[in-house]
Amino acid sequence: MGMTITEKILAKSAGKDKVIPGENVWLNVDVLMTHDVCGPPTFAIWKKEFGEKAKIWDKDKLVIFPDHYIFTKNVHANRNVVLLREFAKEHQIENYYDVGTDRYKGVCHVALAEEGYNIPGTVLFGTDSHTCTSGAFGMFATGVGNTDAAFILGTGKIWEKVPESMKFTFNSKLPEYLTAKDLILQILGDITTDGATYRAMEFDGEAVYDLSMEERMTLTNMAIEAGGMNGIIAADEVTRAYVKQRNDKPYETFQSDSDAKYFKTYEYNVEEIQPLVAKPHSPDNRDNVKNVEGTALTKCYIGSCTGGKITDFINAGKLLLGRKTQVPTFIVPASTATAQQLEAEMINGVALKQIFLDAGCKIAESSCAACLGGPDDTFGRAVDKDVVISTTNRNFPGRMGSKKSEVYLASPLTVAASAITGVITDPRNFL
Amino acid sequence: MEKIIKGKAFVLGDNIDTDQIIPAEHLVYSLSDPDESKKYGQFALSGVPAAKSGLPEGHIPFIEVNNFESKFDIIIGGGNFGCGSSREHAPFALQKAGIKAVVAESYARIFYRNSIDGGFLIPYESFGKLSDKIKTFDQVEIDLEKNILKNLSTDIKYNLKPLGNVLPIIEQGGIFEYARKAGMIV
Repeated sequence: MGMTITEKILAKSAGKDKVIPGENVWLNVDVLMTHDVCGPPTFAIWKKEFGEKAKIWDKDKLVIFPDHYIFTKNVHANRNVVLLREFAKEHQIENYYDVGTDRYKGVCHVALAEEGYNIPGTVLFGTDSHTCTSGAFGMFATGVGNTDAAFILGTGKIWEKVPESMKFTFNSKLPEYLTAKDLILQILGDITTDGATYRAMEFDGEAVYDLSMEERMTLTNMAIEAGGMNGIIAADEVTRAYVKQRNDKPYETFQSDSDAKYFKTYEYNVEEIQPLVAKPHSPDNRDNVKNVEGTALTKCYIGSCTGGKITDFINAGKLLLGRKTQVPTFIVPASTATAQQLEAEMINGVALKQIFLDAGCKIAESSCAACLGGPDDTFGRAVDKDVVISTTNRNFPGRMGSKKSEVYLASPLTVAASAITGVITDPRNFL
Repeated sequence: MEKIIKGKAFVLGDNIDTDQIIPAEHLVYSLSDPDESKKYGQFALSGVPAAKSGLPEGHIPFIEVNNFESKFDIIIGGGNFGCGSSREHAPFALQKAGIKAVVAESYARIFYRNSIDGGFLIPYESFGKLSDKIKTFDQVEIDLEKNILKNLSTDIKYNLKPLGNVLPIIEQGGIFEYARKAGMIV
């Protein structure tokens, strides 16, 4: 019996020839990532548990991105960034990307890719559920809590139950009215928010391999929304080209064997998929945009690790060029590199940033911002009974702020089309 | 590890995500400062919509205003308990509020791991949903040796799934003690 790509990577990390789904293995971790929300408590546990002799297993493998609560007056949130800074200074952590300096990068999952930490065949753990995003690079990546992260910090090791794999194949060419966001919402509607719990989600097919790395990251990013342990796309030439620009380390790529065993496989013809939304209050509450068209909105939001990458803004810009938004529309580039690209990337000779400003959008600096609500003064935060359409990843009650608000999740095309009309709108009306 | 956990049940529905367990705006407090960390208890389950707080009736506050601990001891949940973010603040907040165990039909992976590896609470899985069989305020008792939950208010017993290969970690109170006992770390 063959192995899946996830099983092969975990076997290599565990120093074994073979692993079997369900078995517990101890993994050797290649990269540990943390941020301002979970870094300080992780470091506190590490100090308490390892005591005076506490030692970081490998300083080059620890990466710290402040990104969650950055542009806020909240004193507790600001203190967390100070704690990161002090820790990085005390332990001379080179891979620390401080706020208020040229090194500040923005949202960790996008910055990990941009800064060359995503390497095919490796194992990455992060103190954030969307760490699964990195799986777009043919690597194993998953989220853990502070205690597990503290354990990794001191030992470089962690136990993990080898997951069964599920395979999702998207055939045909992606129509211009769809993005990777529609594909993952399609899956979520089919398997629900616990359909992949403790399992690997492997993505395959022509429509997947036609995607840019940024769009592939949207697919793997939301694996956690189905409960997935990891999302993964085997590396190809697109992956290699992206990695080569950022890192010259040698690496090994893995592919699933043709006789690998899957818990379940799904096949889709993307030409049959419609623009989709996830209605309040769950990412699996899928519906066709057509069925909710006309729903009145109070806010539109384009941002986050899921929907704030350059490809998301190119898609939104295509529709917003020369048009005005009818409701407050918030733009949050996921990373500082994305923010720079907004000024460089043109549609018909107009920079994306100018397109958004001309359309009446508000643009913020890079951070997680209102994707997860955050402190009261967070940019774009849902208040009172806001009805929001957003390119982000979760719409559980209160996720974007107010418990009374309603959040629809959609692609950047659908959000941009809706911003133009002020009501939920099918992007095909403008394409 | 205690052999019996006994107390008042607080019942919740399916898909209680970590934003409902501890809303993101509260993730800024210290978890190690004894005074400040009480706030996690104060705001535990504050993201649950009122109508779904304390089933079947709902509108039952888990924590009274300005209190730091709950009068409830055991949470009965439905499917996919603890889904969403990786925040360890979630099982921590429940522990701070005084919760000893959660009994749910299923768990999201990271919440389950965090509960065990951090030694915050015992995440028991039930056979089928108990959230529509047990009522908020019912007195319940979990026998950790027999893996049985008894509803003392109705005298009905329910089997729970054995904790399996995570039991040794739970018995040691978390992954660090477990690893010390196993000689993996000093």
